[in-house]
Order: sequence, then C-alpha cells, then structure tokens
Amino acid sequence: MSLIVEGVTKSFMSKHHKIYTLSDINLEIKKGEFICLLGPSGCGKSTLLNIIAGLVEATEGKVILNDHVVKKAGPDRAVMFQESALFPWQRVIDNVEFGMKIAGLPKEMRREKALKYLKMVHLTKFKDAFIHELSGGMKQRVALARALTLDSEVLLMDEPFAALDSQTKLILQMELQKIWWETKKTVIFVTHNIEEAVLLADRVLVMSAGPGIIKKEFKIQLARPRQLENIDLTYVLADVMKELKEEVEKVAKAEYDNDWNIEKDSILSHSDPDLGSNL
Amino acid sequence: MKKIAFYLILILIWEVIYKLGVEVLGIWKVYTFPSPIAVGKTLIKLIADHTLGIAIAASMKRIIVGYLFSAMIGITIGLIIVRFKYLDENFGALILGLQSLPSICWLPFAILWFGLNESAIIFVITIGSTFAIAMAIESGIKNVNPLYIRAAKTMGASGLKIYWNVIIPASLPNIITGLKQGWSFAWRALMAGEMLSATKGLGQVLMVGRDLADISQVMAVMVVMLVLGLTVDNLIFGRIEKSIRHKWGLDRS
Repeated sequence: MSLIVEGVTKSFMSKHHKIYTLSDINLEIKKGEFICLLGPSGCGKSTLLNIIAGLVEATEGKVILNDHVVKKAGPDRAVMFQESALFPWQRVIDNVEFGMKIAGLPKEMRREKALKYLKMVHLTKFKDAFIHELSGGMKQRVALARALTLDSEVLLMDEPFAALDSQTKLILQMELQKIWWETKKTVIFVTHNIEEAVLLADRVLVMSAGPGIIKKEFKIQLARPRQLENIDLTYVLADVMKELKEEVEKVAKAEYDNDWNIEKDSILSHSDPDLGSNL
Repeated sequence: MKKIAFYLILILIWEVIYKLGVEVLGIWKVYTFPSPIAVGKTLIKLIADHTLGIAIAASMKRIIVGYLFSAMIGITIGLIIVRFKYLDENFGALILGLQSLPSICWLPFAILWFGLNESAIIFVITIGSTFAIAMAIESGIKNVNPLYIRAAKTMGASGLKIYWNVIIPASLPNIITGLKQGWSFAWRALMAGEMLSATKGLGQVLMVGRDLADISQVMAVMVVMLVLGLTVDNLIFGRIEKSIRHKWGLDRS
C-alpha cells in the first residue's frame, strides 16, 4: 500500500488576491504508519485531511492511493470526525453496521462484525442504546468502531478527541494506540495538541499557516506503548513545542490586536512590584 | 384526572354565565348564547338521528382523500425543489405566497372547474395543505446536518443511497411536523369548503344550525370539530412525533 500526496494546493479568491490554504503539499506515507498533522488552527491541516478523504477537492495536485487517484470519498479511507457524526435515528449497533449495509453485506455477517468491533472499543453493553444516551467519549468509541468495520487500510482522524475532557481523552489515546497496534492501519491524525501528536505518532508533521505548508517533520522514535508521563517523551515534546510556538504566535498575531505579545502576556507582572522589601 | 376536573370547572363557569346573562339579567337572547346543557342535549339528538355520524363520515372521507393527495403532491414538489436549485430560487417565493393564501380563496376557482360537488371540496383541501407540506419537506431536507452526509459518503454511500439512508431519516422530525401542519390546514380548508358548498358533512350541519337559529346545534358541531381535530392531532401525529423525539433524545428538558 502507498498513499502519496502530490503537489496538493488549495486556494480561493478573496476580493483582490488569491489566498492559499494549502500550498504545494508533498507527502509519502508508508503502510502502517501513524502520521500526525500538527498545527495551530487555520493552518489547513483539516483541509488537507479532507482532501485525502475526498470530501474536498484540491485546486491543484492529487492524492494517489494504491496507484489510483482519489476522486471522491469512499470506504477505502475511513474517516473519524471531531463530532462523532453518528446517526441519531439509529441504535448504536445499526450505526456501526451502516458502512457494511451500504456495501451490501448480509445481515448476520454485519451483526457479527459490528459486535466484534464494539467489543474492541468495550461498548457491547450499549449496543441497543440510542446515540443521545451516550457520553462524548462513548460516542467517539462507537464512531471508531464504525470506521474500523470498513476494513480500510487508511484511517483518517480529524481531531477526534478534541472535544473530550482530558481524562477521557487520555484513555482513548491509549486505546487508539493499542487498536492501531492490533489492526495495523495507516493512520493520519489531525490535531492541535502537541502531547497527543508526540504520544501517538511515528512522524509528526508540523504545519504552518498562511500559506499552509509542512514546515517541519519530526520522527518520533520512542518505544511503544508510550505513556504521557515517560521522561523521554517529555524531552521530545519540548523539541516539538519550540517549533510550534513560533507558529502559534504567527497565527495569533494575525487574529489579535497589535499590542499582543506572547512573551509579555505569559509573564505575570504586577503594577506594584514588591520584591520583598518589607520583610 | 386533573384535566377532567379542569374541564368540568370550565363547563360549570359556562353554565353560571349562561344562567346569569340569559336567565337572570337578560343581557343576551336565548338564541345568541347556548347553555352547556342544551348543547349536550343537541349533541345526543344529533348522534341519535345519525346526522352527526353521516356528517363525520362524509367529512372524514373528503379530508382523507384530499390529504393523501396533498401529501403526495407536497412531498413530490418538495423533493423536486430541493433537487433543482433553479426551481428553488424561482419557485420558493411563489410557494410561500401560495401557502399564505387562504385556501378558501380557491373555492370559486374550484367550483368553476369542477362544479358544486365533492371534487371541488377535495381540491380546496388538497391545495390548502400541499404547499405547507412541500415547504416542510424542503426545509427539512435543507437543514440536515451536512456532517451526516459527509460521514455517509466516507462510508461509501452515494446518490440515492444517501437520500434513502441518511437524508430522509435525518429530516423525518421536520417532515412529520410539516405533515401535521398540513393536516391542520387541510382540516380548516375542509370546514370552510363544507360550510360554503356542501350538501353533507360537518360544516353543512353547522350551517343548518345557523339557518334554524339553533345556537346549540352550532355549538355542538363546533365541539365535535374541536374533539376530532384534537384526537387526530394527539393520537396520530402526536404519537409519531413523540416516538421520534424520544429516539433522537429531543424530549429531554
């Protein structure tokens, strides 16, 4: 398997000039690799993922999966969104079966496979529940199970854990690591969370905004399973963080007032500096 | 239980006002203010001589035929409008206008077309609710969360499969609301049509009451209309709506 992104550019016309959301992105992703696209909001990382998914058309360039140019969305590239995108009119099990139903699999086979993947995400107990009865974390588990049933080689994840509380997020990150290990899928994972990227990825691609390019690539060569509290992970984290800080500052400067400054605003100063003179 | 007590009290107040206003003070004439007892008696009489049964049967037959037509036409129009943007842009305003046009305005037109008969009334019913249904279908489909469609596409669905498996079920709550609204439009159109041009039906019995200066009969028929309207609303549409809202988790307050 190979997934190649070749010269992908996404631009649109504003009033007077062209604005580049993505500019000449080139990528080659190996089978079974876990890639994280990391960048501040507005750097075009989600757009890139959507282009790979076939949900958004690139202005120029192409995405090639197994020697075929990607033209539209399809079950060979499963996608997980930030919101679970589960269907509220169906029960959990029917949601998980949806992709297989579209593919025309027979009923018993669907059920069996759906239960297998629901078991993998530990939610068989809730198979007959309605979507609104689930918590945010449970919804993402179901969405993951649904994506896995497609048996795609590629799994695209668009900030899937961004809306979850940090404990739930941590649990799901560990489980995703495990499931990826077991299923050997090629994962492209979009996030703005540096820890998440370093924890999960084989390669972290740091993206930069205006125009969206891949600014730097980090190979994370840490042993698995990784844990956030590992000291070597913290070390790598600091490295990536330095790179991203400049980016965050750049994006923020474009959005905030002119007097904003990352250095100034991260120091707590007081108008009455008391340096212990009255001790 | 509470509800029954509430209505009993309401009827009691009505009776007291009647006693005071008509019998004691003489503000109103007997033929302008009915008493609940007289209305009840008339109701029993109308039921006993089958006037009411025949009228309800005739009205129900009309509204069911008319409503089925309007549901079919309305759904078709709605789906076509959603599908073709050009039609939506140009027809949208016209349909809104047609929907706000009181359906009874179509009666003269219908009589010229079909003559004074069943078809004219059914036409008025159909046209009275078609556009409300068409608009509900259109807005229901337009308001489907695009995320659902994207998700379905990534799972391999396309074209009709998306329509059938995603867009239709996703817009069902809005469609049911539209069908319910269509029903109430149809009901109004039916009564207006029957009062003006029918030889049988609830509206006609109401008009006979007026012609005989029998306010009890007028009132009795109005009560029947109210009860019938409520029954259909609660038993049919209310139940469907409730089950859908429950499924979607919209009924949690």
